[in-house]
Amino acid sequence: MFKQANWNEPVIFNLGRNGRRGHVLPKVEEEVKNIVGILNTLIPNNMRRTSQFRLPELSEVEVARHFMRLSEMNYGVDSGLYPLGSCTMKYNPKINEELASLPTISLVHPYQDESTVQGILEILYRLERWLAEITGTCEVCLHPAAGAHGEFLGTLLMRAYHKFNGEGERRSEVIVPDSAHGTNPASAAMAGFNVVVVPSDDEGCVSLGALKAAVSERTAGLMLTNPNTLGIFERNIDEIARIVHEAGGLLYYDGANLNPILGKARPGDMGFDIVHINIHKTFSTPHGGGGPGAGPVGVSEELAKFLPVPRILFDGACYRLDYDRSHSIGKIRSFYGNTAVLLKAYAYILSLGFEGLKEAAEVSVLNANYLMKKLRGIRGLTLPYNSEKPRKHECVFSAKALKNETGVSALNIAKRLLDYGLHAPTTYFPLIVDEALMIEPTETFEKEELDRFAEAMRKICEEAYTTPETVLKAPCNTAVSRLDEVKASHPRTMALSWRMYLKRNKQNL
Amino acid sequence: MDRHNHPYIPNSQPEIKKEMMQEIGIKSIDELYADIPEKYCLKKPLNIPEALSEFEVKRHVETLLSKNKTYNDMPVFLGAGCWPHYVPAVVKEIVQRSEFLTAYTPYQPEISQGMLQALFEYQSMICELTSMDVANCSMYDWASALGEAARMAARITGRREILIPKIIHPERAATLHVYAEPPGIMIEQVAYERENGQINLEDLKNKISDKTAAVYIENPSYLGFIETQVDEISEEAHAHGALFILGVDPTSLGILKPPGEYDADIVIGEAQPLGNAMNFGGPLLGIFACRGDMNLIRQMPGRIIGLTTTMDGGGQGFCMALQTREQHIRRERATSNICSNEALCAVASAVYMALLGPQGLRELGETIMYKANYAMRLISEIDGVKAPIFKSAHFKEFTVNFDGAGLSVKEVHKKLLQHKIHGGKDISKEVPELGQTAIYCVTEVHSKEEIERLAEVLKEVLAGR
Repeated sequence: MFKQANWNEPVIFNLGRNGRRGHVLPKVEEEVKNIVGILNTLIPNNMRRTSQFRLPELSEVEVARHFMRLSEMNYGVDSGLYPLGSCTMKYNPKINEELASLPTISLVHPYQDESTVQGILEILYRLERWLAEITGTCEVCLHPAAGAHGEFLGTLLMRAYHKFNGEGERRSEVIVPDSAHGTNPASAAMAGFNVVVVPSDDEGCVSLGALKAAVSERTAGLMLTNPNTLGIFERNIDEIARIVHEAGGLLYYDGANLNPILGKARPGDMGFDIVHINIHKTFSTPHGGGGPGAGPVGVSEELAKFLPVPRILFDGACYRLDYDRSHSIGKIRSFYGNTAVLLKAYAYILSLGFEGLKEAAEVSVLNANYLMKKLRGIRGLTLPYNSEKPRKHECVFSAKALKNETGVSALNIAKRLLDYGLHAPTTYFPLIVDEALMIEPTETFEKEELDRFAEAMRKICEEAYTTPETVLKAPCNTAVSRLDEVKASHPRTMALSWRMYLKRNKQNL
Repeated sequence: MDRHNHPYIPNSQPEIKKEMMQEIGIKSIDELYADIPEKYCLKKPLNIPEALSEFEVKRHVETLLSKNKTYNDMPVFLGAGCWPHYVPAVVKEIVQRSEFLTAYTPYQPEISQGMLQALFEYQSMICELTSMDVANCSMYDWASALGEAARMAARITGRREILIPKIIHPERAATLHVYAEPPGIMIEQVAYERENGQINLEDLKNKISDKTAAVYIENPSYLGFIETQVDEISEEAHAHGALFILGVDPTSLGILKPPGEYDADIVIGEAQPLGNAMNFGGPLLGIFACRGDMNLIRQMPGRIIGLTTTMDGGGQGFCMALQTREQHIRRERATSNICSNEALCAVASAVYMALLGPQGLRELGETIMYKANYAMRLISEIDGVKAPIFKSAHFKEFTVNFDGAGLSVKEVHKKLLQHKIHGGKDISKEVPELGQTAIYCVTEVHSKEEIERLAEVLKEVLAGR
């Protein structure tokens, strides 16, 4: 059985010895020192650092070993199935990493003269065009650093649009379905909107009746994920778009679930005015344990003038950065986006082409439905919201029955899956499913790995009925056993830094 | 290329598909798409290129990128929010470890201890460097961190005004405006002293009031000089019940007094210089730290990793802490919508700080300061050039003014470029009151020879007039 490495690796502050060093800097020539003078005379007295700081003193060997050991106590897409729903954990092609580490990108400064950065500007310009084509939007801005950052930009664009039309004060509400990602209401609130939640119908789609009742002259827009977080395509998208647009609102597409419709259908064609794309999901760039990602935003023609500056222009010969946009909302970060990440997406699109993107979408849907079929009928699991209906890229099971009958919860299943050397699905989301297990296999994993997952799920549910304690005490094959997450957040026990930990321990003595 | 059997898509093999479809009980994958209204189904291929082989992709991208000029082709004296520093080989090796690289956010802590511990160590080392108690595991960049800090200060104090220095990075100022506008936070600028660029305390005293949520300053400042009246500003802010927010370049903190020692409440900044390449400006790495006061900690944006124990109390481990502040739980009442951040860049910074250690970070600060001041000295000796404009100590960046030479920054830089030298950032348009001025940046990567050549060529260029 799977057994994760456990190096019992000390916190880095407990390693090393005084005087060891892991890196030597270029020497400052004596002549330079002579001319400049003693540093202490250059730094104003009261601004000199006199206190010691408690950083470890390690040789390069120890640093390399420490972090290598830590990496062995981690699990990535290269380790095995990673079916986190709505996270689209697909393979991260190695060639893209190689390209993104070239000095011709890594050693380029964002303020260099335009004549010296034509290559990267061309790549970004083309990527904008391709993403616009794929999403059916008019213009794409590459600046946002993550999906949520894209959502923040998108909702700011809504705000700018209504303000431009003299309705800034009145259009104060953003509608989100109850199945929405948490970022949707959080982003809308950040952009100053009140959030109105509409319920899902029996089929797991936006309730048209509720939506009609929710829209008004206060509606700024609707944020929608399609296919939604249940993996179901919002079949009434036509009607949804009509209702929102007739009320004067804008339609926002949360791109977390774009993967299954790549090359099959486009949000722009469905009436979406603003679309964000999760580059680190749909376009294969690695998630890096929490970033960096990229969250470009595509918009319809009438919203393009509000996009952040600069925009990349091409005059037929040269690419340049245009800051001269009087309606632009301004900036949401420094520079032009997570360029190194965007470069990988560019290479990915080239590696697949239109046919390949469509293939990726179709196989992601095939994989999800295959897995769903294999999991259906497992005792204790149910598939809420029309269990006969095919899903797109993900499916959401409920372990409510299992929990009622055995005491084994979705969380316990998740932890037990780790023991099988598989990553867990997203749990307890969407909120409209009790004991939710949200499973997205993506196109990355081969049938054999999917079968292994289905078999593990079957076994775990069986264990729940026969030897529930095996599941309840999981995981036992990971680097550490079940962690006390409550303790980590309690004001009396929390240790959010080594310094805080030491202070606390002193107090406890 | 054949759409079947793509190397990235193992199940794209027709026989496997058939097997799987049989299991599902369908004859064609199209059946799984039957619920998409016909009119939205794409009828013709999109206008994107055809697939290339790996070798062709490599060739294509390399060829395009070779049109860029880099620090290897010419010395570049640009900083201003993204700085050239050497990234040690160990850093690159660690962040390419695929267990780190290809992992998602550590939602399942037991199988993600490596990433969690590395991020905890990043947070902890940032705390040591800044002398603060708590740091989150990253923001997108300094600019967005500033926006979030302003909003956090407004939430904590219930006030809606923030004071900032008149001259800060225009991209940070623009980002701050965008973040501050929805909650109605007013931004007011505090004047600087004509002579030395330092905050004008008189003006600060006039503008601060019981409506002020926070006073924000940067150290070193955008123009590169060290702000010395930190104690006075700190006292002024706190006397009015406002928070004191500091923006820092962490490479200075080996030699400059850390903000925690002059009572900063929130520290933000840019950690890209600590082990991350420039990459044309992204990804960057926003620092966000605060004092260990629960009123502050509870309002912090972003992911925070905590040290905890196993359920049985027998072992030690790490997990995400205080998630109830975050969007996936708190939704529209979350402190921020941020979830994905710049985690792997934070790991790079952790490795970098561990490699340098206290001595290395002190030496880094010293080396930068020596070299920058050497460059400043040589340039200031050129006729018609003033470097720096302000009589204050400068760390890594400094202003160079060409008013006396009768040439615009643009003209000077064009000529420098012809000599294969890239000048600093032209700020003549963004800060017209400083005339024809640029910000030059010198770090440990600039050699003595490169600095001397810059001064010689500048001299030639200006004399040629």
